[in-house]
Amino acid sequence: MSIESSVADRRFTVDRQALIASLRAVLPEQALLVEEEEMRPYECDGLTAYRQLPLIVALPADEAQVQAIVKVCHALKVPVVARGAATGLSGGATPHRDGVVVSLAKLKKIISVDPVSRTAVVQPGVRNLSVSEAAAPYALYYAPDPSSQIACTIGGNVAENAGGVHCLKYGLTVHNVMRVRGLTIDGEIVEFGNAALDAPGYDLLALMNGSEGLLAVITEVTVRLTPKPELAQVVIASFGDVRQAGDAVAGIIAAGIIPAGLEMMDRKAIHAVEPYVNAGYDMDAAAILLCESDGTPEEVAEEIGRMTAVLEQSGASGIRVSQDEAERLRFWAGRKAAFPAVGRMTPDYLCMDGTIPRKRLAEMLDAINRLSEKYALRCANVFHAGDGNLHPLIMYDANQPGELDRALAFGAAILELSVKFGGTITGEHGVGIEKVDVMAEQFSLAEIAAFHRLKAAFDEHGLLNPGKGVPTLARCREYTLARVGSATSPRS
Amino acid sequence: MQTNLADFIKDTPAGREADAILRSCVHCGFCTATCPTFQLLGDELDGPRGRIYLIKEMLEGQAVSQTTQLHLDRCLSCRACETTCPSGVRYHRLLEIGREVMEERVPRPLVVRATRFLLCEALPRRWIFRPAVAIGQLMRPLLPAALAEKVPLAAGGAARPWPRRAGHKRRMIALAGCVQPILTPNTNAATARVLDRLGIELIEAPAANCCGALRYHLHAQEKALDDMRQVIDAWWPDVESGRVEGFVMTASGCGEHVREYGKLLKDDPAYADKAARIAAMTRDACEVLAAEQEPLAALLRQAGADSGERVAFHSPCTLQHAQKIRGVVEALLTAAGYRLAPVADPHLCCGSAGTYSISQPVLAGQLRDNKLAAMNAASPALLVTANIGCQTHLQSGSKVPVRHWIELIDERLNVGA
Ligand code: SF4
Ligand code: SF4
Repeated sequence: MSIESSVADRRFTVDRQALIASLRAVLPEQALLVEEEEMRPYECDGLTAYRQLPLIVALPADEAQVQAIVKVCHALKVPVVARGAATGLSGGATPHRDGVVVSLAKLKKIISVDPVSRTAVVQPGVRNLSVSEAAAPYALYYAPDPSSQIACTIGGNVAENAGGVHCLKYGLTVHNVMRVRGLTIDGEIVEFGNAALDAPGYDLLALMNGSEGLLAVITEVTVRLTPKPELAQVVIASFGDVRQAGDAVAGIIAAGIIPAGLEMMDRKAIHAVEPYVNAGYDMDAAAILLCESDGTPEEVAEEIGRMTAVLEQSGASGIRVSQDEAERLRFWAGRKAAFPAVGRMTPDYLCMDGTIPRKRLAEMLDAINRLSEKYALRCANVFHAGDGNLHPLIMYDANQPGELDRALAFGAAILELSVKFGGTITGEHGVGIEKVDVMAEQFSLAEIAAFHRLKAAFDEHGLLNPGKGVPTLARCREYTLARVGSATSPRS
Repeated sequence: MQTNLADFIKDTPAGREADAILRSCVHCGFCTATCPTFQLLGDELDGPRGRIYLIKEMLEGQAVSQTTQLHLDRCLSCRACETTCPSGVRYHRLLEIGREVMEERVPRPLVVRATRFLLCEALPRRWIFRPAVAIGQLMRPLLPAALAEKVPLAAGGAARPWPRRAGHKRRMIALAGCVQPILTPNTNAATARVLDRLGIELIEAPAANCCGALRYHLHAQEKALDDMRQVIDAWWPDVESGRVEGFVMTASGCGEHVREYGKLLKDDPAYADKAARIAAMTRDACEVLAAEQEPLAALLRQAGADSGERVAFHSPCTLQHAQKIRGVVEALLTAAGYRLAPVADPHLCCGSAGTYSISQPVLAGQLRDNKLAAMNAASPALLVTANIGCQTHLQSGSKVPVRHWIELIDERLNVGA
């Protein structure tokens, strides 16, 4: 599973000059980047291990321009890779060597906020956080809050079905989107979903969430807004042992509590963020848990009491409850900045995204620690513990020959273990280019073939974001062959 | 991020520093969200992450053209990206190194070089700048609107006199500065009156002229270092004799630069120690006042009724992002009885940014107008800031007066004085 094989797809033969000429005819001059110098910064997203210079970068300013680009690409059989803020960690926006990168960053209008129906209509380039900012005057907010919410855009959130620290109680993007408008590869405008809660026919809206740019280019989204709870408080519990922390997570859920957020950070992660955020995390703890409760003051007081009891029973060595909103935000700020803050400890990292059943958290942490020794690479752990979504951050130095390969192997081993433990290879970051091979770990050939038939129904020639999300059957076979005889293979 | 710097720079001190900074960037993109130019232009190349990438490519030996130059030129050096970056990337240093290499690689047209030369020679010299402004202001009504906007307007309150010498034991020095005494003469006078009430005598050393920031940011490093040495020479006798306890900066742009003196002159054996000492003794006026919180509160109580006046504060980038001083001026204004109007996107630059309003007039104008709209959203009576550049730039587009915050404190303390 080398990086080369993922991007060096040579199925397409594109006449670059003809493409440029056709695009120039339909776009303003500044909307096209064609020189290598100006396209280089577009060669990767948040997953910098995978880099590929695109054929062309287009910067449309409205839906009509996006449509014009897509039509040209469809006519000339050119791959199209849509890009939002490029904060993704699975390489969903990694360019294609023969394709056009369509940056949707300029489509950033908040078209409307409706406090009565509690919805907002936004363009795909609107940042996640600015939706909440626009809704704030009505005491509403947009619930999904990925760590990168300051920068990531709604279009990308839908494409990756992004989660966040509050998705345990408020759901993923798919649970908070009412309508998606977009373009199919032949340039037709389509709308999925509507203002009503349910609609007849197949739920194509749900299909759009997490479709990773393989089915359509999103141009407008109607999101559901959530009333701000009267009060929210977060408890930070320190543990001297990661197993205790893992057990506490299972304990809280078993007690019938659904916290608004339930997050875990291990010592390395704590040490990376604390100097930047000064959140007041316990630097001596082996792990900390952040558990949030929201609702009316009475509900919160009651729930915090019950959570604290479970945490104490599980052996928490220290417990703190946020005393005001500023403190609550500070407690979360550390968690939200955790990924890049790890950049203070290491020049490069891979952020993994498997899920496992909650009760196996502690076991998984032990296994990751053993793998960390085996591959001789450090690993900081940040988990959406409440829903068993792991984010191990594998630290490596890309300037040292061989380290990236070791990091990739380490990551693959974690994902295999996730599947083996009864989980999945992605919780919320998407498959992208990064995990496309490991899909064969999770799905059978027949299942993958079904994915291909679905894809073909939307995009017959495979022009939308090729090489991502779903592996070709040939690559699945290669992957499975390579693993035959491997003792770690969980599938028979 | 992976790097592979080219031989021409790899083993130089600048190359090593740039490499370390590039390695600390993990390409997460958080910074693009708070970058003023990315917000306006929506192109990766006009945001910090893209600029970092452009600089990386250049230092790795890729060919560069006017393209890289344009996108680096559009950077305001506001450092909002540094405030946002969780990974601690020292972007401004990387940009300085990148800009230096770029100046060698990509020639500028003659007219740009000439403008720079003029700015470089005229702005830091009061004897040229003062008559130039006077002529410009005289001619203003006759100039086309676009040009008239460029003539710096005086801003702030009418200059009231400095306090009489009271023979206080505590003494501090204020930087007279280059353009400030001409455009906003009341700023230092107001500071002197406020400090006088707190038992501190404020003095100016007339020979200390421009702090050097102007020329430093116009890529005239040697001339800038001369400006700094001149300031140090003017101040040093008072440091040595122990006559003053520190330096008060009333323009956050100058303050930020003086605080860097130690680093900037570290390779000059004759000045390194003096520069570091002076840098360490330098405070923004708001820090000086915050340190006198109790006596100040007593004076304010004595002065009587709150004004309750609604004001909108713009924190200059050099204050909030470069010096990382946040919430201090706001607290002082609130303590003095002013009501702070909410300002959306307070992290955004107003577009002044040194000589940016001259080199990038379109973007500077958009940023200014956006900032003014945000500040005026709640219809405040006054707009307030903490740096001469921001003050005059905002004033050039505003009917509402733009003042330095110290003038407001002064007016509360010295009502009727
Ligand atoms: S926030 Fe920091 S680490 Fe992230 S892309 Fe920007 S400079 Fe790099
Ligand atoms: S210094 Fe300001 S303008 Fe320049 S990249 Fe950073 S945020 Fe953007």
